[in-house]
Amino acid sequence: MTETISITVTVNGVKHTADVEPRLLLADFIRENLDLTGTHVGCEHGICGACTILMNGDSVRSCLTFAVQVDGAEIETVESLGDAENLNPLQQAFRDHHALQCGFCTPGMLMTATDMLRKYSLETDEEIRDGLSGNICRCTGYQHIVDAVRSAAGKRNDAS
Amino acid sequence: MNASDDPSLTRPQYVGARVTRREDPRLLTGDGNYVADIKRHGMVHIAFRRSDHAHARITYLDAEAARTLPGVIAVYTGEDIALLANPYQATSRMKNYQATFIPPVAVDKVRYVGEAVVAIVAESRYAAEDALSAIDVGYEPLAVLVDPETSAQSDAPKLHEDLASNVLAEREFARGEVDDGFARAAATAGTRFHFTRTTPVTIEARASVAEYDRGARALTLHCTTQIPGILRDKLSEIFDLPGPRIRVIAPDVGGGFGGKTSLYSEEIVACAVSRDLGRPVKWVSDRTEDLMTTGHAFDEIVDAEIAVAGDGEILALRADVIGDVGAYSIYPWTATIEPVQVVSFLPGPYRIENYAARVRSVATNKTLTGAYRGVGRPISAFVMDRLLDMAARKIGMDPVDIRRRNLLKDDEFPYKAASGLVWDKSAFQACLADAEKEIGYEELKKQQAAAREEGRWLGIGVSSYAELTGVGSRIAVAPGMPINTGTETCNVAIDSTGAVTASFGLASQGQGMETTLAQVVAEELGVQVDDVDVLLGDTSAVSHGSGTYASRGAVFGGGAGTLAARAVREKIVRVAGHLLEAAEEDIETGNGNVWVKGTDKSMTIRDLARALYSDMGRVPKEMRDEIDNLEATKVYDPFFGTTTAATHMCLVEIDPETYGTRVLKYIVAEDCGRIINPLIADGQSHGGVAQGIGVALMEEVIHDEAGQVLTASLADYTVPSAMEVPSMDVIHVDADLPDTIGGFRGLGEGGTIGAPACIANAISDALSPLGIEITEIPATPERIYRLVEAARA
Repeated sequence: MTETISITVTVNGVKHTADVEPRLLLADFIRENLDLTGTHVGCEHGICGACTILMNGDSVRSCLTFAVQVDGAEIETVESLGDAENLNPLQQAFRDHHALQCGFCTPGMLMTATDMLRKYSLETDEEIRDGLSGNICRCTGYQHIVDAVRSAAGKRNDAS
Repeated sequence: MNASDDPSLTRPQYVGARVTRREDPRLLTGDGNYVADIKRHGMVHIAFRRSDHAHARITYLDAEAARTLPGVIAVYTGEDIALLANPYQATSRMKNYQATFIPPVAVDKVRYVGEAVVAIVAESRYAAEDALSAIDVGYEPLAVLVDPETSAQSDAPKLHEDLASNVLAEREFARGEVDDGFARAAATAGTRFHFTRTTPVTIEARASVAEYDRGARALTLHCTTQIPGILRDKLSEIFDLPGPRIRVIAPDVGGGFGGKTSLYSEEIVACAVSRDLGRPVKWVSDRTEDLMTTGHAFDEIVDAEIAVAGDGEILALRADVIGDVGAYSIYPWTATIEPVQVVSFLPGPYRIENYAARVRSVATNKTLTGAYRGVGRPISAFVMDRLLDMAARKIGMDPVDIRRRNLLKDDEFPYKAASGLVWDKSAFQACLADAEKEIGYEELKKQQAAAREEGRWLGIGVSSYAELTGVGSRIAVAPGMPINTGTETCNVAIDSTGAVTASFGLASQGQGMETTLAQVVAEELGVQVDDVDVLLGDTSAVSHGSGTYASRGAVFGGGAGTLAARAVREKIVRVAGHLLEAAEEDIETGNGNVWVKGTDKSMTIRDLARALYSDMGRVPKEMRDEIDNLEATKVYDPFFGTTTAATHMCLVEIDPETYGTRVLKYIVAEDCGRIINPLIADGQSHGGVAQGIGVALMEEVIHDEAGQVLTASLADYTVPSAMEVPSMDVIHVDADLPDTIGGFRGLGEGGTIGAPACIANAISDALSPLGIEITEIPATPERIYRLVEAARA
């Protein structure tokens, strides 16, 4: 297992080249090699969605992806959104609507919601809930998350 | 403008306000600091080889091959750890209780699937996990006990040879004339209920980073725990280290729900290994380990029967409860906490004079059960609410009416329940009335009748319950437990820069206490909410604290924070009286200022701090000697605690093709006293109900006959997603405040207590044309299908 493969990947706009074991999970590459610990690992088997990142613009489970699979790809993690002193509109909506409690599922929720907001009209709560159904939150009961995404979708539509 | 004319100073200024959380900016941007995020120079990683047998003797253990693998640093067996950590057990003063020792790593014998057998320490987690398969363990299988009724029998094989039996605890409750009540009954209802085993599933699995500093002979443990203080105190005994040289820190913790309120083997092993190697040690659970080792919940069989008069009055109640507590008696809560609480709370918010019950906590070859949101009371509410509906059906009474008939009324408090609990005044009746009104009960019944005509399975459910929150020193959280869960400490300090810090023994796992406790302290002190730093989850903060569990954070934190802030404010007023040359009773504080009422004489609290601490001469020595500093430590003991009451109502529909249940409407009407932050209070209710929906419809830990866990992934142990949880309405009933400091009641667990009962009643109501009563949950599509098939046969 000492054999490594060289990959080049752009993460949050920064190009990284690394030699990695073929078995290295993308989640571990992001967290351990790049020190971007905002991406959380909740189950390591693709159910909870906490590790969701965007790969070439699509939401992906970084716990079910090997680092070698993202050679040449563009990756976006929660760190690509606003920072603590300057939240982006989606993050601000989460704060205003109390859409997070412990915060552990939140980075995955934000990345899934970012993907949804870019691609879908999100006109009904049913559509929002459907889109969020691959991300488990154990604290909020989802209601405030749905409120936040609805609000962010409304502001997006107003702006366009 | 005089400071006193500031219109924003209308009190309360912060308590009751929808203050957005100060935790959020870091948690929304990936800047949180969870245990798994911690890296240290020279840090090593632990992985555990775990038992794949439920009950077996370890005949040999060969780890030599593992030791030689790349990256492997050390291997620890149960015997090795026993040399580094003193043995411990959860003791209790309760009669008829047997404690068990809990080996951090198994010695000679394994007693459940998932129990640690060997700890491998390596340079990386990958290397540690690689080495696990190189360990050779031989097992001689022993008789596996998975059925608690079998295990309770006197001739059953014993899990612990040194104990008299597998019954770890037994208790009986009796009041009044139960047989007479049944003899007088117009109707009785009763059956066997089964509330299956669940597990907390925090999205952050458990983790520890232990750092032993050989120079300082001191241990620091960063841990995903709800109880840093309880851990610190026990680790002091386990490692023979004085308290000040053990620091337990719970940084950002990704949910708790009770699952992180126990002392876990992995925490002890991480500390032992760090001390042995002199290196930082990290352990992060994977999800399969979490599902097999984090304290499981519930798992009771309840034989119960109720007797009612023709007008619905409850005449008597009796119950026999068996709790399957798994292989050991968990620390610190013991094997009593869950099953005994079922019986203590079974009479619920109702007037029941005649009650008899027995409860037994029985060891089996399964994961330990511990505290999980609601603890016992979800079962109490489920059984009691099911019995009431079954009895109401027999006497032709409406389910809401039978509750109204039996719920305690405002003039009956304080009320000593048949199990000995004392309810202080809480809005039992008003919660029912508000829920009934808000859901539009009469209209809903008409809709249901129309739907039934079309052959649809639509059901309305109701559940009323009461819980004791913020339990003080009068009652231990678990019976006879030798640790203090009845007080909490707060230190409020204004330092020489004029900054305010409020330090607590509590810890937060998502409750937003950095925000809510700042609101309380700012309110009492008269500073702006953003000016109060709140320190939680660090045992170096205060001398004693236990943590956050049992719906106690608001009551204890709010109470201790209020007392400490009040004491500091008195000091501020004394100093200000001197500096502003006014009588103390004329001094007011607010927004970080202090002034003489009705004048423009004012100063900032920051300047006052500088006058006291730094500008010698402004405050006379006599006054400084008396004041010492702008700091106070206060301990709050609510003694009995306070009652939180609620009624839940819901509407469900069962799909006749898939047998899946959909929750269409959900209403919570609750009396949780004075609310610190309505945003956060609603969030607690929503989350509690969502977990209760999981318990009612989906979640079940399943063991096969060999004790193998069949639900060791989140694909097999399913929890609710956004599709299964409806939008809900939470009504905070307007009612008298309790006499806790600040008037706060606890509300963290309530949602999970009421929801399983409410939904089980709704499903039974939907299927009542078939005569089906739900007696076992989760009411999965498969279970409902079988019930319908049996009813139609």
